[in-house]
Amino acid sequence: MHRERCVGLGLPTASCWPLWPWGSEGALCPDTVPCNPQYFINKTEIQDFPRFPHRGLLLDTSRHFLPVSTILDTLDTMAYNKLNVLHWHVVDDPSFPYESLTFPQLTRKGAYNPITHVYTTQDVKDVIEYARLRGIRVLAEFDTPGHTQSWGPGVPGLLTSCYSGSQPSGTFGPVNPILNSTYEFMDTFFLEVSAAFPDFYLHLGGDEVDFTCWLLDIVSTYDKGYVVWQEVFDNKVKIQPDTIVQVWREEVPVPYLKELELITAAGLRALLSAPWYLNRISYGPDWQAAYKVEPLAFEGTAEQKALVIGGEACMWGEYVDSTNLVPRLWPRASAVAERLWSASQVADLDFASSRLARFRCELLRRGVQAEPIGVGYCNEEFDHW
Amino acid sequence: MRLHLLLCALLAPAPLAPAASALRNPGLWPLPLSVHLSPHLLHLSPETFRISHHPASTLGPFCTLLQKAFLRYHGYIFGAHKTRHRSPRLNKHGQLQQLTALVVQDSECDAFPSISSDESYALNVSGSVAVLKANEVWGVLRGLETFSQLIYEDSDRKFTINEACITDSPRFPHRGILIDTARHYLPVKTILKTLDAMAMNKFNVLHWHIVDDQAFPYQSATFPQLSKKGSYTLTHVYRPKDVREVIEFARRRGIRVLPEFDTPGHTQSWGKGQKNLLTVCDAKEKFSTVYGPINPALNSTYTFLSRLFAEISRVFPDEFIHLGGDEVDLLCWKSNAEIQKFMKQNKRFKDVRELESFYIQKVLNIISTLKKRPIIWQEAFDDHAKLHPDTVVQVWINRDYHLEQARVTAAGYPVLLSAPWYLDYINSGEDWRAYYAVEPLNFPGSERQKQLVLGGEACLWGEFVDATNLMPRLWPRASAVGERLWSNKEVSSTKEAYNRLTVHRCRMVRRGIAAQPLFTGYCDHEYNIEK
Repeated sequence: MHRERCVGLGLPTASCWPLWPWGSEGALCPDTVPCNPQYFINKTEIQDFPRFPHRGLLLDTSRHFLPVSTILDTLDTMAYNKLNVLHWHVVDDPSFPYESLTFPQLTRKGAYNPITHVYTTQDVKDVIEYARLRGIRVLAEFDTPGHTQSWGPGVPGLLTSCYSGSQPSGTFGPVNPILNSTYEFMDTFFLEVSAAFPDFYLHLGGDEVDFTCWLLDIVSTYDKGYVVWQEVFDNKVKIQPDTIVQVWREEVPVPYLKELELITAAGLRALLSAPWYLNRISYGPDWQAAYKVEPLAFEGTAEQKALVIGGEACMWGEYVDSTNLVPRLWPRASAVAERLWSASQVADLDFASSRLARFRCELLRRGVQAEPIGVGYCNEEFDHW
Repeated sequence: MRLHLLLCALLAPAPLAPAASALRNPGLWPLPLSVHLSPHLLHLSPETFRISHHPASTLGPFCTLLQKAFLRYHGYIFGAHKTRHRSPRLNKHGQLQQLTALVVQDSECDAFPSISSDESYALNVSGSVAVLKANEVWGVLRGLETFSQLIYEDSDRKFTINEACITDSPRFPHRGILIDTARHYLPVKTILKTLDAMAMNKFNVLHWHIVDDQAFPYQSATFPQLSKKGSYTLTHVYRPKDVREVIEFARRRGIRVLPEFDTPGHTQSWGKGQKNLLTVCDAKEKFSTVYGPINPALNSTYTFLSRLFAEISRVFPDEFIHLGGDEVDLLCWKSNAEIQKFMKQNKRFKDVRELESFYIQKVLNIISTLKKRPIIWQEAFDDHAKLHPDTVVQVWINRDYHLEQARVTAAGYPVLLSAPWYLDYINSGEDWRAYYAVEPLNFPGSERQKQLVLGGEACLWGEFVDATNLMPRLWPRASAVGERLWSNKEVSSTKEAYNRLTVHRCRMVRRGIAAQPLFTGYCDHEYNIEK
């Protein structure tokens, strides 16, 4: 059966059995008789450790507000998948749901609804602690200077005024980099978020717009490391050697594997997300495409490859909220989770398919609304509408 | 009647796309045939507002269907109000106190809806009593949905409605959703929830593709082995009481249940519980027996089908039965020695396609004897089977589907359109716009041909769909199809539709339907599964 798989994992075949979830009681109770299942576990010895240390999931709570319960549920399922970083893309153009104590107007003017669609300080604390209890880091992202439309109403003068001829057009662009007031605002605001989020790293964004490199100086003074999107590197912004660069673009300016090569050749650490944009959906078992990604398939020395510290599955929120987040995330994100945890040789699609189908039924049993990967059934179908 | 017309005339017709200061967009979906909204507002009190029968109505409190509907819509309108504190005091003047339902014709309350049901209604909201007038009970159901969509909570949390005059009737009589309970079993609760959502979108046919290759969950009283051997497990079945529950739940919402027992292909699971039903494909290398479609050469096949369809006719009250007939593996038939012999014996079979026609005709005769009307997928028509004149052909193959519609209607058969509405084919972005842009009568043909288009169906095949993702995948994408099949042809601006559909989507979410977002934004009440 699956014994030959174990050889690749370096385990003696005698002690190696197919990896079914423990407690799978389906086979133990005859179908015709209702019975109380007993739980069993095979005598087993497992040694395990992750291939990559940073195995993340990005949630976007700006395009659509996600209730705190949804975030906590996601943390639970991440733990089932051994994912260990929640990349919380908390604010963006459409809304500012983060409750800022230093600039309450940000929330009051920027949230979709400042009473119902907000993450209070307590909410943030709850998320961080819930994650911590599961061994999950919370990496907060406050994306600037672009993606900041929602910051404008609460902090007049923060965003660049666009002009139509010589008159302001009424629309705004990115954060205005030339004003002292901007600098002062960022100083204060990032002091607040540095304190609110205990992880060593903050994600500063920097995508799709020329970055303001002085922001990096600010953040460094708060004893934080920072993660940035790849544009900051591509645009040759001066960054510290311990910056982490997140690769999200599949083909531009170069294919993502080449981008990893360039970043690591420059001595910087890298995170891979480009082929793992799970918000992009298509018909069929697209988890396979995510599974087949090999993050280290680029030209480079062993030292370079060691600079790829992991990756993140991203669930951008333009078309996603609590109505469809869970089935869209799971079990597709599980494919990414295995790619980041398991050995590179664990790559056979048939083997993965049969385990993933069983794992998906186990997720259902635990109350996770994970969607099917193909035709079939689980002993307990989802029935919680 | 004249009084109502007069009232409509008194209301200053207001544009539906309101000017800056004027009317809030109620987000009616699907858009009724004619809507006049007045800027004059009325308030409703959740404690005292009632829906009741008009004294002149042919139906009264004995009509359970309407009694339940009144309760249901009261719940939809006032929703979570129960959990809140006492509602704000209302001025007695300017209060809408009642909605009365007036059924004009002798309409049977216990009847099942049909293809010829009258779903038209007129709604007049003004003064203290609003009137919902309809020819048949089905129009009342449609009108109740529209009425509920007019009501909203203002900034003072008062339930508010604009005075309005609406007349409405559907463009197409057959507006369906196909669910597939073979590729994945769908719990009964999921099917009932789908029916609720369908009613909110004025869909009126549940096309239940109940069995297929992978599983046979339909528990047959005549042939119990079919589900015993053919279902995924003994709990993945629809017992007779489950089927009855679905049919009655649908009826109460004016929705027909159209069962599909697809043959001769798509029947692998049938062979598990019924020996000698399927053709054995003669393959060169025989590692195991490979089965193909139902064997058309055996008399026992038709005896079996007669008995099974007799049961199906009794269990499912709708006039129509869907017989399938798609994707038949003709090569398997060709490879079978028995069938080759059968074909040689009957000289009229020039090729295996004619055998397919022979089979279809036999099944059509069975259905006809049972006084039911058949619907089939397009293949039997494409392969030149001789169909009964009123056989409905469902067009599902996407390539040049408008030409197929032309061919089918030119031959005189009624048509259902599904080809551009395969909702299981997901992709990123706003694909609802493509569904909305379809024009079902956009094919070359005479007026008479166009009249043969009965409507269409959004199909949600189940290869990658089950109860975990069905609701967000169906809604609100199917809503786009719903409006295309109900509303006037001219209602075609996706920009204008977007503004209404976002309101409608949030309303569905508020009512407990996990309808996914159209785009970036928010609802006042986000979706939260009750834990």
